Amino acid sequence: MSQDTPKIRLKGLRKAFGPKQVLDGVDLDIRAGHSMVILGGSGSGKSVTLKCILGLIPPDEGLIEIDGRDVSRLSRAEREAVNDRIGMLFQNGALFDSLPVWENVCFKLLAQRRISRAKARDKAAEVLAQVGLASSVGDLSPAELSGGMQKRVGLARAIAAEPDIIFFDEPTTGLDPIMGAVIDGLIVDCVKRLGATAVSITHDMASARRIGDDAAMIHRGQIIWRGAAASLGETGNAMVDQFARGEREGPIQMELRK
Amino acid sequence: MDRILDPVAAIGRAVIALLRGTGAIALFAAEAISHLVRPPFYGRLFLKAFIEIAWFSLPVVALTAVFTGMVLALQSYTGFARFNAEGAVANVVVLSITRELGPVLAGLMVAGRIGAAFAAEIGTMRVTDQIDALSTLSTNPMKYLVAPRLLAGTLALPLLVIVADTLGVMGGWLIGTQQLGFGSGAYLKATFDFLQVADVVSGLIKAAVFGFVIALMGCWSGYHSGGGAQGVGRATTSAVVASSILILALDYVLTAVLFSR
Repeated sequence: MSQDTPKIRLKGLRKAFGPKQVLDGVDLDIRAGHSMVILGGSGSGKSVTLKCILGLIPPDEGLIEIDGRDVSRLSRAEREAVNDRIGMLFQNGALFDSLPVWENVCFKLLAQRRISRAKARDKAAEVLAQVGLASSVGDLSPAELSGGMQKRVGLARAIAAEPDIIFFDEPTTGLDPIMGAVIDGLIVDCVKRLGATAVSITHDMASARRIGDDAAMIHRGQIIWRGAAASLGETGNAMVDQFARGEREGPIQMELRK
Repeated sequence: MDRILDPVAAIGRAVIALLRGTGAIALFAAEAISHLVRPPFYGRLFLKAFIEIAWFSLPVVALTAVFTGMVLALQSYTGFARFNAEGAVANVVVLSITRELGPVLAGLMVAGRIGAAFAAEIGTMRVTDQIDALSTLSTNPMKYLVAPRLLAGTLALPLLVIVADTLGVMGGWLIGTQQLGFGSGAYLKATFDFLQVADVVSGLIKAAVFGFVIALMGCWSGYHSGGGAQGVGRATTSAVVASSILILALDYVLTAVLFSR
């Protein structure tokens, strides 16, 4: 892999559900070791983009490369090997409610027999500490946790196997602003410590500026802008600036039935 | 002309949908079975599902079997008394229980308990992204969620049916000796003299098939559920209804095959 090869490359990605064209030729390069934030309104295609990269939804057309290798049409076994290097924080945590927190955190390590159950408890305590949770939380069930704690456990599960790519799906949705900032801080720390490439999707501007190096905006299934996350709100692109400022008037018109 | 053809088209669509659904379920089952012979194996999950089916279904299956045996003794006594054939009560009870009622009633009870539980649990995992989470954690959901449950269902139901057969016969014995005036020894002798190994084995084969079908329909319905809480509710209902109908239909097919001579 050459220095210039992006960690993740999307080229001409298209996906339709019935008559609805959700992705309409997404092109995006994500640099290794950088944190990319993909912005977009509801139904813009950002979640579908993420699911295509993760192999959860097969694209209709287009290329998805990770480290220069096309991963868009792999067998399930080959895909599992790719996912070994990937961590994912789901919007609602998606913790396994039949397992205690410590087993959730070390799920991948246990499932792949990379660690014994006895050692997994210690490892879970260590990773939970990295996201600011006491080791006693490990014995709780996910149902006993608050929303913020569930996000932290989800983050702990995403980083436990030390992946080199981490995806974050709406990491601050449903949290109060302070807890949102705490989660963002933890994300930045974890990604830096692992030296990982991060891809987040969000519509929370404060969160996007905090966790992103780069940002891209998706609208109607296409990337309409990309640039530095710090410039959000002053990009010169009328659509991105309207979205970043949360303005009602502008080129993006919500489809409301009158 | 269209008016004439509309009903034909509707029947055609229904048949195609039925065939497509059957094919999809068969492929789903084949994939799950293929994971049973390829490592890694999730023994802990198999054991959990096995205990859930075999141990926790025991009370409901046991009660059903005892009362069925009791009712069977009473009804057959009433009927046979008209032909002066009351002595055949023990034979009818043991034959009906081992060949038919043991596996079918245990199957229907387990379909209500386990089919619904599997569909609800896996369906909830589907709508809360837990199944997607399994994939991102390099774990095949079919291997982790479906294969252990299919194996557990196939092995647990025959065990439950052995218990149901025993308790069903004992229910008949209880009524026969306490209410109908049979001697205990004579009733049991009539039971065991008449019983053949093939009667019990055929019931156990049926039970294994029913257990597989219950687990399969529970997992299939849950795995393909969608649309939030309502979708999970629909999946649960469909798992119980489909497995109950399949149990009754397969009971006929298996009876025709096993006792064709």
